[in-house]
Amino acid sequence: MIRIDENGFYGKFGGAFIPEMLYPNIEELRENYLPIINSEEFQVEFRHLLKDYVGRPTPLFLAERLSEKYKAKIYLKREDLCHTGAHKVNNTVGQIILAKKLGKKRIIAETGAGQHGVATATVCALMGMDCTVYMGAVDMERQKPNVERMRILGAKVVPATSGSQTLKDATNEAMRQWINNPVDTHYIIGSVVGPHPYPEMVAKFQSVISEEIKAQLLEKEGRENPDMVIACVGGGSNAAGAFYHYYNEPSVRLIAVEAAGLGIFSGKSAATTSLGKLGILHGSRTLLMQTEDGQVVEPHSISAGLDYPGIGPVHAHLFDTGRGEFVAVEDEDAMVAGIELSRLEGIIPAIESAHAFSALNQLSYNPSDIIVINLSGRGDKDLETYIKWGNY
Amino acid sequence: MNRIDELFKKKSENILSIYFTAGFPSLEDTLPIMKAIEAAGADIIEVGVPYSDPIADGPTIQESNLVALNNGMSLRKLFDQLADMRKEVNLPVILMGYLNPVVQFGVEKFCQKCQEVGVDGLILPDLPMSQYLTEYKEIFDRYELRNTFLISPQTSEKRIREIDSHTDGFIYMVSSASITGAKAALSAEQLAYFERVRLMGLKNPRLIGFGISDNATFKTAASYSHGAIIGSAFINVLKSAEDQEKAVIEYIQGVINN
Repeated sequence: MIRIDENGFYGKFGGAFIPEMLYPNIEELRENYLPIINSEEFQVEFRHLLKDYVGRPTPLFLAERLSEKYKAKIYLKREDLCHTGAHKVNNTVGQIILAKKLGKKRIIAETGAGQHGVATATVCALMGMDCTVYMGAVDMERQKPNVERMRILGAKVVPATSGSQTLKDATNEAMRQWINNPVDTHYIIGSVVGPHPYPEMVAKFQSVISEEIKAQLLEKEGRENPDMVIACVGGGSNAAGAFYHYYNEPSVRLIAVEAAGLGIFSGKSAATTSLGKLGILHGSRTLLMQTEDGQVVEPHSISAGLDYPGIGPVHAHLFDTGRGEFVAVEDEDAMVAGIELSRLEGIIPAIESAHAFSALNQLSYNPSDIIVINLSGRGDKDLETYIKWGNY
Repeated sequence: MNRIDELFKKKSENILSIYFTAGFPSLEDTLPIMKAIEAAGADIIEVGVPYSDPIADGPTIQESNLVALNNGMSLRKLFDQLADMRKEVNLPVILMGYLNPVVQFGVEKFCQKCQEVGVDGLILPDLPMSQYLTEYKEIFDRYELRNTFLISPQTSEKRIREIDSHTDGFIYMVSSASITGAKAALSAEQLAYFERVRLMGLKNPRLIGFGISDNATFKTAASYSHGAIIGSAFINVLKSAEDQEKAVIEYIQGVINN
C-alpha cells in the first residue's frame, strides 16, 4: 500500500525537516489543509474553477498513429490543454483557494523554467492576490518569455542570486522569504516536494488527473484501469497526479520517466533514482543527488522542468518499494520523441513530456495493452530549444 | 564535564557566542580564528559547517558557505583541522550546520568524531524536535553532545516549554521572524518577545541570535537573557580584515566592552 503516515512519511521518505522558524507556518498548514480541502465549500469552488477556468476535464485521446507505431493502444491525457499550457495550474488553483481560506494576503512561489511561476501569477491575478515569484538569475536569463508573462500578469519576479542560481536556489530563496514573512504569506510550492504536508497536498490537487483517466477509460474501454501509466518526473507532480488513484491498483504498471541529460553517468544528468542517495533537501528526506560530502549537486536536463536534484518523497518510496518502474531518457532521445509526436499526432509536447513518450522505446508490453501517457504540457515554451536542436 | 554546562554554571550573564563558517575566508583559517575568538574574551565558539543550500541563512552567511565549499571545506577536512584543537582552545565549541552533510558522513560516526576532537554541542536548524527525539537524541547523548533548538517570536508557549524540556544546553532565541543577518536595531516588538520568554522561567539558559551585530545590540539582548550570538556581522569583519587576528580581537572586545 502506498500511504502517507501521520508524520508525513511514505515509508522512510518525507517528513518535515525544517528550521524552527518555519514550524508555525507548516503546522498551521498541516492542521488546516485537510479540513479545508475536504469541505464542501472548497470543493465547489475548486471544481468550478477547474471546469470553467482551467478547462477540465482534459481529453483522453486515443493516439491511433502512435498506437500503430508502438503496437499498443496508447491514450494521451491532454494536460497540455489546461489553461497556461500545463498541469501546474491544477495545483495553483487549489492552493490559492486554500490560501484565501487561511486568510493569507500574499503569495510567494519558486519557479524553474517559469511554468509554475506563470500558473501561480495567473491564479493570483484571478483572485486579486499580491504575488512574488523567486526564480534563479540564470533561469531568468534562459526563460525570458515566461518572466515577461509573469510580469504581464502582475507578479513581481525576484532573481535568486545565490548558489547555482537555478530552481533549487529559487526554492531556498522562497523558503527564506517565508521565514521572513510567517504570518500573512502563503508559499505555493509547485511540485510534490518540500516539507509535509506539501507533497501530499500537491498530489491531492493533481490527483484530478487520474480521477479523470479512470472515468474516461471506463467510458471508452469499459474498464477503469489501463495496463500502464507513463509520466515524466522532475519533482514529480504530474506523475503523482497521474498515478494517485492507481497507487493501490497493483495491475497497473506505474512508469516514472527521469531525465538522463547527456547520459546517466555523464555528470550532466537529472536521473535522481540512479544517481541519488538518501538525503534531506527543502524539508523532506528523499533521494537526492549529492556529493559524498552531502553537498547538493546541480542536475542537468535539456528540459528545465526536470532538472531538480531531488525527487518527491512519494516517488522515492515508489522506487524503493518497486511499486514504480523508473526509466531514464537522454536529452537527444527526448527531442526525437517530441518531434515524433508532433509528426504522428499533430501535438508539439513540452520537452518534459517528450521524455515520457521516449520511454516507450525502453519498455516491454503486449500489443493488447492499454497505455496512458500523461502529456503534461505543451511545447510552445520550448520552441527555442527545439529550434536550437534543429533536427527536424 | 561538558564545557557548555561548565560555562553556564560559572557565568550567567553577558555570554557572547561567536559564529563563523569553517574554511572562510581561507581554508586553513579555522583554528587561527578560533584561537583569536578565545583570546578576545568571547565565551562560546560556533563553527559553521558549510552547506550548499543553507535555507535559514541570509546573504552574508550564504556567501561564506559558498566560498568555504569552493575552498574545499568538508566535514572530513574540518575534523582534521580540529583534531588537536583542545591543545589550544578551551572554550566550549559547537558545530552548527545543516543535517544533510551530517547524514552523509554518518550520524554515529559524526558524533564519535565530535567527541574525539572535543566538540561540546550541536546546532542543526533543520533537525526537527520530533526527529531528534526518535532518531538522534540517544546517539547525541552517548557522545556527550548538547543539542540546541531554536525558537522564534512565532513559537507558541506550549512549544517553547516542550523544547525547554528536551534541551540540556541552552535555547537559541532567534530575535525576529527572519533569516540570519545584521539589522539596524532591536525593535520594541522584539524586546517584548525577549521579555515574554524571560518571564517564562525556563530551566535552560537563553542566548539571543540573528541581528546582533555590535555593543549596543549585544548589551540590549543580553539584558533580557544570558547573552547573545553574533554571526553575520562577524563574517563581515573576517571578510574585510587585513590583519585577521587583530581585527577579530578588536571587534569582539568592542562588542563586549564600551
